Amino acid sequence: MAVGETEKLTYSIPIGPIHPALKEPIQLMLEIEGEKVVDADVRVGQVHRSIEWLGMNRNNPVQSIYVAERICGICNICHPFCLVIAVEQAADITVPDRAEYIRVIASEMERIHSHILWAGVAAHEIGFDTVFYLTWRVREEIMDLIEYVFGNRVTKAALQFGGVRRDITAEQLPRIKKSLDYYKSIFEHLGKVFLEDKTVRMRTRNVGVLSTEDALKLLTVGPSGRASGVPKDVRQDQPYSAYADLNIKAITPDIVTGTVVGDVYDRIIVRLLEVKQSIEIIEECIDKMPEGSIMSETKMPRLLRRLTDAAGEGIGRVEAPRGEDIHYVRMEEGQSTLSTWKVRAPTYVNLVAVPTILKGMQIADVPIAFASLDPCMSCTNRILVTDKATGRKSVVSYEELHRLSVEKTRELQQ
Amino acid sequence: MEKLTPQAIIDSFSKQLGDGFVSGSIYEREVAVKKNKFRSLWVEVKKSAFHDAVRHIFKFQEYPHLAIISSSDLGTEVELVYHFTIYYGYHLEELSLGLRVKLPKSDLKIPTITDLIPGAIFTERETQEMMGVEVVGIPDGRRLFIADEIPEGVYPWRKDETGPEKFLRVLPGRKPKGEDKEGQR
Repeated sequence: MAVGETEKLTYSIPIGPIHPALKEPIQLMLEIEGEKVVDADVRVGQVHRSIEWLGMNRNNPVQSIYVAERICGICNICHPFCLVIAVEQAADITVPDRAEYIRVIASEMERIHSHILWAGVAAHEIGFDTVFYLTWRVREEIMDLIEYVFGNRVTKAALQFGGVRRDITAEQLPRIKKSLDYYKSIFEHLGKVFLEDKTVRMRTRNVGVLSTEDALKLLTVGPSGRASGVPKDVRQDQPYSAYADLNIKAITPDIVTGTVVGDVYDRIIVRLLEVKQSIEIIEECIDKMPEGSIMSETKMPRLLRRLTDAAGEGIGRVEAPRGEDIHYVRMEEGQSTLSTWKVRAPTYVNLVAVPTILKGMQIADVPIAFASLDPCMSCTNRILVTDKATGRKSVVSYEELHRLSVEKTRELQQ
Repeated sequence: MEKLTPQAIIDSFSKQLGDGFVSGSIYEREVAVKKNKFRSLWVEVKKSAFHDAVRHIFKFQEYPHLAIISSSDLGTEVELVYHFTIYYGYHLEELSLGLRVKLPKSDLKIPTITDLIPGAIFTERETQEMMGVEVVGIPDGRRLFIADEIPEGVYPWRKDETGPEKFLRVLPGRKPKGEDKEGQR
C-alpha cells in the first residue's frame, strides 16, 4: 500500500487559510517493513493561523511586525527582521547604521539559544536526559541576557521599520561580555559531551543521511543543508544588515572531520560551531557598532502615512537559526495593509527532504533523524505506522517512539 | 561556471527567450557601514516561455535555489513570482532572481518545474491550493496546508469572490469587514 493511500487520521481542527510556521504539529506517515522505514510522508497544516491573510486584509504593516514575531516563538527576531527588510525595500525607508548592528546582535543571540535548545532536544531524543538538563541549564544564561538587553525573553518587539526600538547602552556591555565569556568557557565541555561520547556517536553517525546532491535538489537550507556540504548561508552570500560588513563564512562539517557525511552527527557539529561563530559575531558587532540614532522615523502617524503611500515590492532574506527565511512583500499606494505578504520559513523547505532522510532507517532512529532537521518534534505527537508484512495499521504515540529510541541507546551501551 | 553581471544575465534571458521575454530590471540597495550592495534581479516572461526561462537559469548555477513562489491577485490576472537565488556559496556574491509571470484569471495554468527542481513540490502544492493556479504535470497534487473540510473552489489568497471571507467567524467585539462601528454597510 502506498503512503498516500494509508488510512487517514481523523484530525479535525478548524483552521483558516494559512501559512507555514515553525514549531508546528506535523504528522509523519511512515511505511515500514518490519523495523525498516520504506517510505515516509509529511502532513502539515494543523496549526495554520492565517497570518499572511491577516497581514493582507486586516492589519497595517506595523501591526504585522508583531504578528510576524508570533509566527515562531523561537525565531521571533528572524521573521520580523525579514518583514522589515522587505517593507524597507518596498517603501524605500533607510535604516541607521547603529540599528543594523543591533539587529544583528539580536538575531545572533537568538541563534545561540535556538541551537543550544536544539542540542538539548537531540540529547533527549536519544535518551540522554542528563545532557538535556545540562544544555538547557546552559541555555538559561543567554535567555537571561536577552531579557536584560531587549526586555523580554521571548517576544522582544525589538524591531521597527527604519530601525530598532531599544538601544544597547555602554552600561550594558559588561553584562553582555560576562555572558559571552561564560559560553566561551563551557564551549569545549559542550563539544566534548556531544562529539566525543561513544554512544552519541553510535546513535548519530550514518543516521539520517542526506547527500549533497539531494540537499541541493530538495532545496534544503540552513544547518541541515550545510551539514550535507552545501556552503549556503545568507549571512555569507547576500549582504543584508550589518552582516554585509562582517566576513562570515558558512560552516560545513569538513572543517572538523575532513569529510562530509551529511548525517545527524554532522548536523551536531555544524550547530555547535555556529554557536561559537555567533559569539564571535556579537563581539565583533559590539566593537564595530557606530554611534548614532537607532530609528529613522520616530513618529508613528508619519510612519504609517508613509507606509500607506508607498508602492513597490521587496524581499527580505534572513539566515534564521534553521536556515534561510524569506518574506516577499508587495505594497500598493493608498492601501493601509500589505497587498501581498508571502512568508517562507526554513522548515517549509527542510520538510521536503524528510522522506529522503527517513528511507531505509530503523523506526527507533526516526525521532533523532527527524529532530536533527530542527523542526518541531515535540508537537509531532502521532505517527501512523503501517506494517507491510501484516497490513496492520496502528498509530504509534510519540511516547512509544521515544521509548524505542531510548531502548536502542541502552542496548548499544551494554 | 563564469559569473555574469546582473545586466548580462538579463540580456541573456532576452536573447534566449526572444518574444517570450517581457522585461527585466535590477534593484540595488546599499546596506550598513561599508555600503555593500544588496542586489536583486527581476525578470518578467510570458507564460509560453516560462519553462524555458527556468531551464535557462541552470546556465548560471548548476542547482539554482528556489526559495518560494509568491502569488498576488491583481484583479483580472494573477502574478506569480518564482524567487530563485544563484551564485550562492561565496561571500556577498549571491543574487536574488525573481522570475515573474502573469496569468489571466480565465486560464490559470502553469507548467510544473519539479522535473527540473524536485524540491519545488511543496510550494507548487501551496500555490495550487491557495491561489487556485493549476500546476500542470505536478507529480503530487494533494492539498498541503488546507484542511480537507474546506470545499473546493475556495482560494484563501484570492481577493475576489473565491476568497475565504464567507468562512470567517466574526468574533465578539469585531465587526465584519466593510461595516462601520454601528454595523451599517
